[in-house]
Amino acid sequence: MRLLCPHPPLPRSRIFGSSMNPLAAYLVIGLGSALGGVARYGCGALAATLWPVAFPWMTILINILGSFVIGLFATLTGPDGRLLVGTLWRQFVMVGICGGYTTFSAFSLETVVLLRAGRPLAAGGNVLLSMALCLLAVWFGHRLARRLNQ
Amino acid sequence: MEWAWVIIGSALGGMARYGVSGAVARRIGETFPWGTLVVNVSGSFVIGLFGALVATGGALGGARMVGAFVMTGLCGGYTTFSSFSLQTLNLARDGEWPRALANIVASTALCLLAVWAGFALAALIPGG
Repeated sequence: MRLLCPHPPLPRSRIFGSSMNPLAAYLVIGLGSALGGVARYGCGALAATLWPVAFPWMTILINILGSFVIGLFATLTGPDGRLLVGTLWRQFVMVGICGGYTTFSAFSLETVVLLRAGRPLAAGGNVLLSMALCLLAVWFGHRLARRLNQ
Repeated sequence: MEWAWVIIGSALGGMARYGVSGAVARRIGETFPWGTLVVNVSGSFVIGLFGALVATGGALGGARMVGAFVMTGLCGGYTTFSSFSLQTLNLARDGEWPRALANIVASTALCLLAVWAGFALAALIPGG
């Protein structure tokens, strides 16, 4: 019996159920997104000192990690999950932290910048790598959670 | 000081994402991640616009706090790759392979176009 999850199992397309208290949802999402954003900013600053090359490798890594975590957490706390958490926790981690940490805008901007710099191969590589590795990551996170749920 | 703007912007961006994607999903339905698509495309447009404006030579050239707040903060918090990945995975798990592929292609193409449109708009702004 799922004591902490008051909603019936959601269809997979509806990942983010509605909170009983909309204001609480906004607050935890704002907080999570702030945390994710600052972590992303820190990673960016680290990348600039570690390996300052003209390719957005850190954005790719950020998006991979965030995708892995959301895949893992979604299945761990999902209908068949082992981790019983309320909707607010799911919103905090998935919509908040993962959503704030990962970014589609930086990915898009960096790709266009590469195109405008006359580097179509690098741009295409950024798209292919980001898509392939992030989708693999979310799948791995999901599979790992499935294993942990058993 | 940039950190502070990133924190504020990212918090606001995340809340805006929740509101917008929720409103879109309620409006259009949830058989396809329209909410995330709308959010990512609009966020990409804004980062393109401001990316051009704050670049050296742009109308706001060198305005690092604006870049930190709008681009790293707002756009970074507003757009999301993780939700996109999860929703694509879920479409695939539900056997909706054409929709999963459409999500990938449409998100990529429309977001790149949106950035380009943002650049184009910036070029129309005096000094931009």
